[in-house]
Amino acid sequence: MSTLKMLIKRLAASGAIIIGITMIAFLLSFLIPADPVRMLAGRSATQETVESIRHELGLDQPLPVQYIKYLNRLAHGDLGRSYKQKTEVATLIWSRLPATLWLMAGAIFFELLIGIPAGIYASAKRGQRGDKTAMVLSFIGVSAPQFVVGLLLLYVFANLLNLFPLGGYGSFLHLVLPAVTLGITGGGWYSRMMRSSMIDVLQQDYIRTARAKGLGEPKVVLVHALRNAVLPVIAMIGLDIGFFMNGAVVVESVFGWPGIGQLAWQAIQVIDIPVIMGVTLVAALSIVIGNFLADLVMPLIDPRLRVR
Amino acid sequence: MSLFRKFIKNRTAFFGAVVIAGIILAAIFAPVIAPYDPYEQFFEGLTLEGAPKPPSANYWLGTDLLGRDLLSRLIYGARTSLIIGVVANGVAVMIGTIFGVLGGYIGGWIGGAIMRFTDLMMAFPALLLAIALAAIFSPSLWIVALVIALVNWVWVARIIYAQTKSLKESEFIESVRSIGAAWPRILFIHILPHLIPTIFVWSTLGISTTVLLEATLSFLGIGVRPPTPSWGGIIFESQSYFLDAPWLVFFPGIAILLLALSFNLVGDTLRDLLDPTQRGRG
Amino acid sequence: MRRNLLTLFAVLALALMVGTPVMAADIKPGGSIVITYKDDVSTLDPAIGYDWQNWSMIKSIFSGLMDYVPGTTELIPDLAESYVVSDDGMHYTFKLRKGVKFHNGRELKAADVKYTLDRTCNPKTQSPGAGFYAMIKGFDEITAGKTETLAGIEVVDDYTIKFELSRPDATFLHVLALNFGFVVPKEAVEKWGQDFGKHPVGTGAYSLKEWVLGNRIEWARNPSYHHQGKPYLDTIVFEIGQEPTVALLRLQRGEVDILGDGIPPARFVAIMKDAKYKDMIVEGGQLHTGYVTMNVKMKPFDNVKVRQAVNMAINKERVVKIINNRAVVANQPLPPAMPGYDNDYQGYAYDPAKAKALLAEAGYADGFETELYCMNVDPNPRIAQSIQQDLAEIGIKADLKNQSQATVIAAGGEPDQAPMIWSGGMAWIADFPDPSNFYGPILGCGGAVKGGWNWAWYCNEELEQKAVGADSMTSADQQAERLEIWRSIYIDIMKDAPWAPIFNEQRFTMHSEKVGGKDAYFVDPVHIPINYENVYDATIQ
Repeated sequence: MSTLKMLIKRLAASGAIIIGITMIAFLLSFLIPADPVRMLAGRSATQETVESIRHELGLDQPLPVQYIKYLNRLAHGDLGRSYKQKTEVATLIWSRLPATLWLMAGAIFFELLIGIPAGIYASAKRGQRGDKTAMVLSFIGVSAPQFVVGLLLLYVFANLLNLFPLGGYGSFLHLVLPAVTLGITGGGWYSRMMRSSMIDVLQQDYIRTARAKGLGEPKVVLVHALRNAVLPVIAMIGLDIGFFMNGAVVVESVFGWPGIGQLAWQAIQVIDIPVIMGVTLVAALSIVIGNFLADLVMPLIDPRLRVR
Repeated sequence: MSLFRKFIKNRTAFFGAVVIAGIILAAIFAPVIAPYDPYEQFFEGLTLEGAPKPPSANYWLGTDLLGRDLLSRLIYGARTSLIIGVVANGVAVMIGTIFGVLGGYIGGWIGGAIMRFTDLMMAFPALLLAIALAAIFSPSLWIVALVIALVNWVWVARIIYAQTKSLKESEFIESVRSIGAAWPRILFIHILPHLIPTIFVWSTLGISTTVLLEATLSFLGIGVRPPTPSWGGIIFESQSYFLDAPWLVFFPGIAILLLALSFNLVGDTLRDLLDPTQRGRG
Repeated sequence: MRRNLLTLFAVLALALMVGTPVMAADIKPGGSIVITYKDDVSTLDPAIGYDWQNWSMIKSIFSGLMDYVPGTTELIPDLAESYVVSDDGMHYTFKLRKGVKFHNGRELKAADVKYTLDRTCNPKTQSPGAGFYAMIKGFDEITAGKTETLAGIEVVDDYTIKFELSRPDATFLHVLALNFGFVVPKEAVEKWGQDFGKHPVGTGAYSLKEWVLGNRIEWARNPSYHHQGKPYLDTIVFEIGQEPTVALLRLQRGEVDILGDGIPPARFVAIMKDAKYKDMIVEGGQLHTGYVTMNVKMKPFDNVKVRQAVNMAINKERVVKIINNRAVVANQPLPPAMPGYDNDYQGYAYDPAKAKALLAEAGYADGFETELYCMNVDPNPRIAQSIQQDLAEIGIKADLKNQSQATVIAAGGEPDQAPMIWSGGMAWIADFPDPSNFYGPILGCGGAVKGGWNWAWYCNEELEQKAVGADSMTSADQQAERLEIWRSIYIDIMKDAPWAPIFNEQRFTMHSEKVGGKDAYFVDPVHIPINYENVYDATIQ
């Protein structure tokens, strides 16, 4: 099958997934046993006012009709307006997306910063103490609950040592602790991946050749082996987006980071359906794109994974 | 060397198993071990201005924001984490196996549809899904477990699907089919047994994820109903004080970490021993 | 003799000069202050904005026919120069001030007032405040969508406007002082449509200079504000995205001036104990009551003895302690700051033994099982757990149902779902400083409907009649009597005990030394956190 055909097939599948997600999100929003109209109409609204507003928003129509209308607006690029704030959902998300994107970028940076050196070290000390220690640490990284790590980092580095601000948003200093929190989990995964990847690469013929040529071990490892060993790790980054979306809600809460995770959380509290839909859409889109990129890049890097 | 002995020889896995056993024992014998009733709000448990008290002779790990003994709540909290962790993961593995086997075995477009649905659920931001589900069903111990299961089954499904599919196309199954065996026989007698190692591995490995997810949901305020002690819930209630009473975050946090870590260590070793071809992410 | 008298006068004059606080004319205008908030402001549209964060901001960007004397709950005309009320209380004629300008330069006319109220009551606007104006003639028609304007509002000329009500209502002047009636210019609303909330144009003391979403908001003084000499500050800057704990640190370092979200609970005790900050903190009451509702339609709360027992079982002091004494114990529905509050009423004392006895009298000697709903945001689950423990002491086993705000509110609005609800985080702060506001939606028969806020489903026809009667007393000389009637209504309600009032939240406003003003401006019952118009920069005086 040609690459183009595969690409199109993949795009179509992704599109179907996005639509499926909007359907589920829509359904879930309405299953929540609360009335969004009551919430926005306020405490002193008369019954008539509530019903009028319900009619205004089209919420008195049957669900399938509402869903079709939503899809229709979506197709025209209209994400609707927040029930609570009346601001366009797109504007709200746009104003908070950069914060979440910065957080993700920071998290990727730190997980590579932690994972790659740790993996190289473990592979170099394979079977020895250092390897075992590194691997246990990586397990700890993966098993540590992110909100605990975040709170502890805040306590030690922001509160006790005063090195970083106590939460909030605005500068690189603000970004460090939340990004490290997210990066520790990923760092754990990547150190193990890096280790096994390095072990594989170091057994290749061309490495033996380089060694035989008399090149020093550091050069062999860091220049020749690393170049190839790191590729599968990089390729996996796309898959991380899904995990980051999860972590974002918690980390944003702990650090007061004004991202879309917080937006979604607040919207669910008051059943602000357009916002819930909007954030879910953006999050799902990111995950799908991330997976797509990963699937695209991996076969290019690792011939073994190419589709037959 | 038997499986068991191989397992014991691995120090980290052994450590994990010991910790798990310890936490299980603590959970079972909680009424005996815990110094106080985890629900009792002591008047002397709070300072005059209503602040929690640090570790002392009376309260070994200090008190929480309602004057309850932290140590007792931690011990009883093990029950919550274990029950939800095990039940949620068990249900997730069950659902995932069903979906994976059906998808892999039936194949064709039905199988494809099942797997597309799995892909769909995988792309849904898991925590948002959990939050929405928690808002729909009023949380109780079992509901929380169910919610977590509904979020986690996809990973098991993926793996089981891949295995079922490759098994189905293997020569062995081909030959069994050629002699006219009916599909239930093939499925249950020939395929399923090969899946058991994977199921076993995930039954352990997955608990680490479900324990973490339960803690996260409790931390967000949508976990088990108070006053049931939950490690994540203790941290949720203590956030406003954490700069002044960090032990309220530290101790439950360590507990969560130990439990998740132990299941990870054990599960990972199991995977290495039972199914070396499937090395996962490292 | 004359010399002594002169000396006496001189001494008195001197004393007066020294003792008199800085008069309005003496305050030098200028300067700027910084206020921090964690969350972004949702909207500044007066017809839409209804949360505690934007409520007072809107009051400073817009003005209404009526307002309150700064720092008090006393009504005073604002955009109106004067008004006349007919004898039957159904016709109000307002004469508007001349020369009031919108921030876009245009003069405010009576037509703008009509436009504003038509807009608020029109369902298309989706205003949460429309219901407050139900007493205006023509309200039902505009709500049903039959017309676009309120028949009961007549523009007599550019500076005269007449209101005809469908019933006399003593709260009418109060609702004209609500944000929902604050005047908006038609051309700006039509220009921005639903985005007017992000581009507000009003007649208030400050105009919006800049709004960077999620980051900061900057206000500039309105040079043509109709109150001469005010406001004092040149600019006010709101910094968004500031965690309360971070904001506190910055205040301590002198970088910010007001903590919009208040003193973070974790630091509250330490700050209050520190003498350094004593002059920077002002404590005041709020028009708030936190209470436990008992659904009188669900057994066993249909029995008044059970409800009274609950009142006696709860250790309110301990609840207040759990929230670091940031509240005072309540014994009646109204908060102390509300006119009509009964200072002598004792309420139900904490007496678990008596409570148990009452339960036995009601036939529940062995207690019973029930559910207590609460909102799942801290500190409400903690408060609920404390109440739960108290109830357990007298044999009531209450299962906690902590859920999201919207879900609890929905459960309360069903007649058969929520036996008990802890109101924290959801209700009730008064919309305006009048006792009737604590009745209608939450204790009146009108609120005991599906989707209503009367979670106790309490409907006492006799008290309802009294309430309607009290609210139809509109003339000035009847007001004292009216308050007395309201006082007695709430005491009668306590006899039936559909609620267990727990506490009234206190306010603690922390400000830097840069911000000057009477204490009352920092705990203004109507303006939260501060009365923006009346504070000034103390460093340039």
